Order: sequence, then structure tokens, then C-alpha cells
Amino acid sequence: MWKRFRSNMGAMIGVVMLIAVIVIALIAPLLFPDGPWQMVQRPFLAPFAVDGLPLGTDTLGRNVAAQLAYGAQVSLLVGLVSTLVALLIGVPLGALAGFYGGYADEGAMRFTEFFQTIPNFALAIVLVAIFEPTLFSITLAIAIVSWPPVARLVRAEVMSVRTREFVDAARLAGLSKPRILIQQVLPNTVSPIIVMASLMVATAILLESSLSFLGLGDPNAMSWGYMIGAARTVIRTSWWLSFFPGIAIVITVLALNLIGEGLNDAFNPHLSRKGKA
Amino acid sequence: MKYLKLKATTFLIAASLASPLAAQEAGGRLDIVVQPEPPGLMLGLIQNGPTQLVAGDIYESLLRYDSDLNPMPSLAKSWEISEDGLTYTFQLTEGVKWHDGEPFTADDVVFSADVFLRETHARLRASLAYVESITAPDPMTVVFKLKEPFGPFINAFENGTMPIVPKHIYEGTDFANNPANATPIGTGPFKFDEWVKGSHIHLVKNEDYYVDGLPYLDEVFYRVIPDAAARAVAFETGEVDVLPGGSVENWDIPRLAEMDGVCVTEKGWEFLAPLSWMWLNNREGPTANEKFRQAVMYAMDREFMKDVVWNGYGKVATGPIASSTNFYSDDVTIYDHNPDKAKELLAEMGYDGEPVSILPLPYGETWQRWAEAVRQNLSEVGINVEIDSADVAGWNEKTSQWDYDMAFTYLYQYGDPALGVSRNYTADRIKKGSPWNNVEGYENPSLDEKWAAAATMVTPAEREAAYLEIQKEIVDDVPVAWMQELTFPTIYRCNVNDLVTTAIGINDGPRNAWIEK
Repeated sequence: MWKRFRSNMGAMIGVVMLIAVIVIALIAPLLFPDGPWQMVQRPFLAPFAVDGLPLGTDTLGRNVAAQLAYGAQVSLLVGLVSTLVALLIGVPLGALAGFYGGYADEGAMRFTEFFQTIPNFALAIVLVAIFEPTLFSITLAIAIVSWPPVARLVRAEVMSVRTREFVDAARLAGLSKPRILIQQVLPNTVSPIIVMASLMVATAILLESSLSFLGLGDPNAMSWGYMIGAARTVIRTSWWLSFFPGIAIVITVLALNLIGEGLNDAFNPHLSRKGKA
Repeated sequence: MKYLKLKATTFLIAASLASPLAAQEAGGRLDIVVQPEPPGLMLGLIQNGPTQLVAGDIYESLLRYDSDLNPMPSLAKSWEISEDGLTYTFQLTEGVKWHDGEPFTADDVVFSADVFLRETHARLRASLAYVESITAPDPMTVVFKLKEPFGPFINAFENGTMPIVPKHIYEGTDFANNPANATPIGTGPFKFDEWVKGSHIHLVKNEDYYVDGLPYLDEVFYRVIPDAAARAVAFETGEVDVLPGGSVENWDIPRLAEMDGVCVTEKGWEFLAPLSWMWLNNREGPTANEKFRQAVMYAMDREFMKDVVWNGYGKVATGPIASSTNFYSDDVTIYDHNPDKAKELLAEMGYDGEPVSILPLPYGETWQRWAEAVRQNLSEVGINVEIDSADVAGWNEKTSQWDYDMAFTYLYQYGDPALGVSRNYTADRIKKGSPWNNVEGYENPSLDEKWAAAATMVTPAEREAAYLEIQKEIVDDVPVAWMQELTFPTIYRCNVNDLVTTAIGINDGPRNAWIEK
């Protein structure tokens, strides 16, 4: 499988880009020990206008490069944690619904549909607005709007796996239902979940950026969406303030999508599209 | 020193309307942005910013004020204050007619001040508490008799403070629900014509205006454009001629100002004199400690914030009184940007790193950036600080319930410390549930007495000495962290002349404005 993944050019490019972003996020405190809020120079300096500020300064004279690096931390953190939380909600719910069927299925699916009928972003805005915007509440809000597709996917996978012969065999061998679910069924649904999770991280990063853009970000955390939102009003005079964080979001989201596709192809060689081995 | 040029003796100012020199051209229309759309135009009932902007052309008061806050004639052509400071006698201008043709008389003034505004206008009511009687000995004379001297009373005859309303329309009616409120009738230079909700308010020239030749303009349109960027574009494309203060984002101002034929003025805010500060919670937490509050003042680079956050507009505040307000003095402790001093003070008080929060005003980007700059300055001296966030309702809730450490705000001063300053620092103005006045919880009984005494002293010289003493003392206490005097620059086309000539700027600007063709 790793071999198939490795042979996928796009996926490997995605991995390289993502590693670069992760490394930048990790070494941000070493590169910019004063943090992203330090006002270092005159405001609105264009990129390379002054030595040591390759990406220029923002409306308050803060280093855009430092903001980008610390923004990577926030984006990745929110993306990963909210995806994990969404999985923790979606996987058990979907698995129970798919495995037990009947009332459990009905109940779980109606509950899921309830969330699916509300537009994701609108719900996220409402949730963040109700709780005060902090990294915690934003992460939670994103998780709450992201889990329903997971639940549906896991349910579908579980329903198809539970009718296979090895599950019948396990049942005949006298294994309890929970054990069958956890030991036999779920491990066989992992690959689509991983693919979906990688794409969910990308979506979560976009969601966080959109919330921050609208001013619903954590005011104490530097994030890419905040940078673009703050730069929106000066876009005609200071393009670099919205351009660089925009590029950062594109790169990260693209990388995660490439990886997701690569994983998908690697897990399902028979489904892979034409032109790829 | 800029107190009113009131002498201790009886005096009389002859009515001399600034006689126009030459070259004023009559005609033309002016398009002014109004943001947000006013809730109504009946100035006697509603006195918020947008209403004052539009209705300031329709209604008038007894006096107008120049940018040094000296009174000028308006509906009163002359006035006299008795030596004991207790009797104010106004001679009214002759030949004034309401927009519906009825003559304007002293009865209208007595009705407005004594009946109508006493009921509807909370801020004026506070000043009227000093008034014993308002009478009209003859149709062209009005006399206000005070119970005790109240120096700032001469500032109460401003249009937003005491607009004169027509007695023949309102007497005996339910003021708030009078159908005439939809078609305001005043004495001003412009008459109400039409209001298309969500689009514009149209005023036309009052042909019968009592000052010969005024107004020059034929009509004024107040345009409602809800988005700041769209307002900037409307100005760029020539759709509107005037952007009143606050109608575009600060960082758009330099760009618009650089356009050909565009002028910017910071004048016209002398009467309101908005002063911004952070309420420091005097009740609990580190901000309850005077040394901490002083450290906050020394830690902030307010010059930098003014230059960067406000694009250089405004002036760093030295204390509770704005420099354009009467009895201002800068003979007080000056808090420069001095991080070392701040650290010293924090060490003296034994600050243990207890986190404090800053609550910005939810009025857009500028205020958010401002809070970020303050947070950065404070964290540089070792204060553990976070920004709290809240929408307008949340801000009201947190400040009025005293649930904050530091909270941004700004309030108007109305020309005199007794009208717009003391209310923020005296103990009787501490009121849980109100996001105004003494929200910081500052209690200083000896200073309370001084504020009260200064308000009722007879001569300006006495008042000046009293306010100097107050300023010196309160600046050392730092009940709030004074930030800066805000000015909201007015952006307009340079061919619009004499637009901002008074202390209330374009609120009564179209009266004298003329367009050079």
C-alpha cells in the first residue's frame, strides 16, 4: 500500500508541502521568539522593503512572516483536534447504527439528519457566537458541524462488512456482539475513515479561517483567517497582507487534499481513476 | 486657557451675524452620507448622532457655538447673564417663522424647555434641575432663573441639547406619538421634504429663512449607504460630496484625502469632544491597585497608537478633560511611554502575573487593532493580558454588570466638565446595569465634593482654579486609562466652502455652506 501511495506523484507533493507547514509551525517560536503580535516596524511595509521582513508588516507594523508561522500552529491545531473530536462522535454513532440496525439505526440517523439539514457554516457561526470565540469553542463548533458525514460513512461501511462471511464465522464462534463490532467489523472500515479524515482536516482549516475572517476567531490566537479578515479593508493599498495568508491556506488545504486522494487511491487500487497505476 | 469669555460683570453681546464677505455662490445641491440611518428626525425626541446630523438643519436652538465654544447668535440675537449668575435673559431674533408659516415666539422657547424637553430629554433635564423658572415677559424675551449658579448652563443652548420645537403643533399632545414627528417642522435653514427609507432623506432650502441670503444651497440629500467600503466608493465616484466623521474606515481616509479636490478637516468636534479611555475595574483584581493602573499608563505607547491605529488623527489625552473642553489643563502628571517605570511600579505592588482582560469596543477594525496594540504594550512590561471579545449586546452586558478588567469606551463632554466629565468619576454616578458614566467604580468622596462645588461657582476664574486642582489629583489616581481625544475627520470636496465652521461641525454646517462652481 505504501508503495502505491509513494508512486503517486500528487500525494507525495502533498506530503512534502504538509511537512513543510508542520515544520514551520513547530519552529515558529524559535524563528520568531517575540511572538506574532510584536510591533516591529512601521506599518504597511511592503515585502522586502526592509531587511529581515521578507513579507512586510501589517496594519500595526507586525511581522507578516511571524504571523504566518504562528498562524500555521493555529490552523493545524484546530484542523487536527476538531477532526479527532468529529471522529470520536461520528464513528461510534455510525458504527452502532450500522451494526445494530432497527431502532438504534433509525434514532441515530434521524439525529444525524437533524444536523445535516442545517448548513455547516451557519451552524458553526451560531455556535461560536453563543459561546465566546476561543480556540476551544471554535474547535468544538467545527467538530459539531463535521461529524454527520463520518457517521453516515461508517454506518454504510459497517452495514456492508457485517454481512460478510467472516463476521458470520465470528458469530458462530460465539463472540459477543460488541466484540464482533470492535474486533472484526470496525478494523475493516478504517481505510475510508482515514481518507475522509484527511479531507476533513482541510475543511476544518477552511472553516476556522472563514470564522476568523468574519471576526469570530479567538482574538488571542493569530490565525490565517484573522490575517485576511484584518487585511480586507486595506486590500487595495496593501495586497501582501491578504495574499500571503491566502497562499498559506491554499497550500495547506491543497496538500491535505492531495494526500487524501493519494490515500484513497492507495486503499482502493481497483477504484483508482484512469492514468494511475 | 480656553474657558468661555464670560466676564464677571453683566455684559451684552450685540447680535452680529458673521457677515458674509463676498463670492459666495448660491445654488446647488449637497449629498452627505448619513450612517447609520437615523431612527427619526424629531430632534426633541431623539438625539443620537445621525438624527443630529440631519435634523440639525431643520431645528435650531437659541445659540450656536464657534470652535472655541464661544456662543453665537441663532434664535436669540443677544443674551445677558446677571452678575450673580442666576438670571439668563435672551432677546429673540425677529422675523423667524416656523416652516409651516406660523411665527416663532418666546412661548415656543418656554414650551420647548419647560414642557417638551423636560419630559423627553434626559441630558437637558439634568441641567434644568438647576432652573427655577422659565418665563416669557414679552414675545421676544425669555428669562431663565436658576436656583444656584451653574456655569455650564450657557452651553445648554446647543441644538442637540435644547432644540426649540413648535408649541402650536405639540402642545397638549402625546409627544412621542404625534404624527407630526414624521414631517418635522423647525425654524432652520432647510425644510424637510421627503424620506425614502433605506435610500435618502431630502431637505430643501427654507426660502423664508431669517438670515438674508442664507442658506446658499438649494437642497441637501442625506444618503443612506450601509457598507463602509460602498460609502468610500460612492465618494470616489462623486455620488456623494461629504463623508461625515466615522463613515469610512480610518485607513481609507489617507487614500481618499489624496484624491484631487478632496479636503479633510478634523474640526467640528469641539463641542462633543469625544474622549476615549479604558475603564479599569477599581473594585477587584490587579486593576484595583493604583500602582497597577499607573503602570498601565506608563506601559502604553499612546503616541504610536494614535499614529498607527488612528492614522495620526486625534490627540493623546492627558487626563479626564479634553483639550477643546472648557477648563482643560495639561499641568498634570504626564504619562509618557516608559516601560521601565511601568515595570518598577508593577514590582512595587508585587504583581503576581494574575491575568487581566481587555474588552474592546465592538465598533469595527480600528477598535480591535487598538486593543491588540494595548495588549502588546502591556505584555511587554510583563502584564499577563488577554483580549476578551463581545458583540454590542455583550459589551453592554459586561460593562454594565462590571464583569471586566479593562474596557474601552468613549464619551462626549458637551463643552463643560460639569456636563460631560464629572459624571464619569463621581460616586453618585455608579449604577450597576448602566454602561455609562462611572462604570470603573471610582470612589473619592473629597473629589466628589470638589466636582460639585466647581459646577456651581459663579465666575469662570474660580471654576478654572477648582478644575485645575481636580485634574491634578485625579490624574495621579488613574481611575481610568485615558487614551486619546478622538477626532472623526470630515472628508469633503474642496469646492464645498464653509461647511465646518462651528463646534458641532456639519450638524449645522449646510446653513452656511456654498458650492464653488
